[in-house]
Amino acid sequence: MAKRSVLGLYSEEDSAADALDNLREAGFEEGDYEILTGVPYPEGTFGEAEPEHKLYRWPLIGAACGFTIALLITAGTELAYPLITGGKPILSIPAMAIIMYEGSMLGAIIFTIIGIIFESRLPRIFMGAYSEKITEGHIGVTVTTEETRTDIAETALNKAGTDGEIIRGWE
Amino acid sequence: MQEHTQLSHKQINEDLLKDVLTVPKWWLPAVSFLGLVVLTGLGAFFFMMYHGLGVTGLNRPVMWGVFIANFVFWIGISHAGIMISAILRLTQAEWRRPITRAAEVMTVFSLIAALHTPLMHVGRPWRVLYWIFPYDFSRGIWPNVRSPFVWDPSAVGTYLIASSLFVFVCLLPDIAILRDRAKKPIVKKIYAQMALGFRGTPRQWKLQILAGILLSALVLPVFVSVHSIVSWDFAVLIGVEGWHSTIFAPYFIIGAIHSGVSAVAMLMALSVWLYGLDKYIKPDHFDAIARLLIVVATTWFFFFFLEWVYALYTLAPPEIALRELQAFQWPYGPLFAIFIITSFVIPVPLWLFKRVRRSVVWMFWTTVLVNIGMWLERFLIVIPGLIRRTHMTFDWGTYHPSIVEILIVVETFAFVCLGMLLFAKVLPLIPLFDVKEGMVNRRLIKVGRRVIPATIREGLPHHYYEKKQ
Repeated sequence: MAKRSVLGLYSEEDSAADALDNLREAGFEEGDYEILTGVPYPEGTFGEAEPEHKLYRWPLIGAACGFTIALLITAGTELAYPLITGGKPILSIPAMAIIMYEGSMLGAIIFTIIGIIFESRLPRIFMGAYSEKITEGHIGVTVTTEETRTDIAETALNKAGTDGEIIRGWE
Repeated sequence: MQEHTQLSHKQINEDLLKDVLTVPKWWLPAVSFLGLVVLTGLGAFFFMMYHGLGVTGLNRPVMWGVFIANFVFWIGISHAGIMISAILRLTQAEWRRPITRAAEVMTVFSLIAALHTPLMHVGRPWRVLYWIFPYDFSRGIWPNVRSPFVWDPSAVGTYLIASSLFVFVCLLPDIAILRDRAKKPIVKKIYAQMALGFRGTPRQWKLQILAGILLSALVLPVFVSVHSIVSWDFAVLIGVEGWHSTIFAPYFIIGAIHSGVSAVAMLMALSVWLYGLDKYIKPDHFDAIARLLIVVATTWFFFFFLEWVYALYTLAPPEIALRELQAFQWPYGPLFAIFIITSFVIPVPLWLFKRVRRSVVWMFWTTVLVNIGMWLERFLIVIPGLIRRTHMTFDWGTYHPSIVEILIVVETFAFVCLGMLLFAKVLPLIPLFDVKEGMVNRRLIKVGRRVIPATIREGLPHHYYEKKQ
């Protein structure tokens, strides 16, 4: 069943925090509602749960991939076209280490970027209930639920004193 | 940081997006002029490509001329962008907020400028692919990955990709603001696509803050490696006395920071003048960056001094001959004097005065001087090192950059300025969300008889505060 989202806007941090309390009282769970702000607030400002993420794994995986690719490129190239210089070993570790270091760092950075986008749940194709006022300083509280429960959500949001009308959207 | 003006989010949007969503009067003439300079430089390049490198002043023994000096200069400028952004983010310095974006963007354009100078220097740029990538399976010819010329593109390429992605990720919240503020439907649609649906949930903000810190930590080692590798282009050569030095890597890095941080200060002054951002970039910011510059410039001078001490202490005749050429013989002697005076002797004592540090005009001109000096420093490393007569040189002459080389070098400067102006036309040069966060995290508190702005540290999970209580 398609879900609907409703959005209440608040100009004060306390009102947004009250809206979250009201939603909890009305039986909504942590994943059902979200705070939308135009600026990062200190965590827990609105009494929301701390978001969990696994971002720190991404650079490690990326570095391992980058290192492996760089090792294959450098060693593979040297072995494919051996340049024998003064009886020295064909595989020149100091020269390879530089490329492998850059490869590891590049892999780590690219995977971190992918990780940030993935863990941020982006890209998001449908915006759902959203207002441009959020980037002007208003605080949005959005609830995603079945169509039958949107009225309950609206009541809970209105109880905290929204600025203007409740905005509805499709998820 | 004592100076603080509390502004509403709406006011910040209006101030910082007015030049993105509208066109300032000076913008089109400036862009046209810079575009013309870039086209002239490209014309000179195509002329050089058609007629060959003979149209440059390059000849035995000086086969690296102003192109390579310019390459090292732009790599240096590119360093401060990310360095200043990364270090200030990691240390959570409050004054970073309005300057990080411009510094990061400058990194990207300077790196592109740096990269295209050696490409032009090789005469036939498409052949660079032969030297870097394993390309020719049919003839079985592979590049020599042990060559420093393979390290360069791998390091600079990594740095360019990393800094471009860094800029993009940190731009997401501001692109979302532009999406919400743009009036024309087509523009709104483009920004909406670029914003990837960013809405500002706590998860997205948490990852934004982590992105800044984590990417800073990852980019810093790359930044150190890039200029080290550029310095090894010189230092691993055993044939040129002035270049074969163990101190080159740290000396190049600190020199890069000196010129790059100066370039950031120049950029701050230009932002104040061109975009009227004095509400956001205040004398306090100039004061802070000037203090940083004093430390950086002094450290750089120490390395410069060490390089000379190590060279002269041995009393090796080739080293002494090279230093004499660099410092006392025409035309390098006067250039050497200008280099020392502009990069250290004038600016550093001036920065000791608070009035200079807090003045936009003084800071602009002193940092311009630093960059003139630092360009000359690279010139004086590259050219005299090669031009000196040695017993193995069978052919020598002097070196004068030709008009073609000069046009191409000027093109790189115009390219970076043009890039910055075009960027500032479509995306904000000051990170709006970062400035707004600074406003949210800052409250006025009373200490004794004074009321001062106090800031809480961002990015700490809330259980941190609970445990401390």
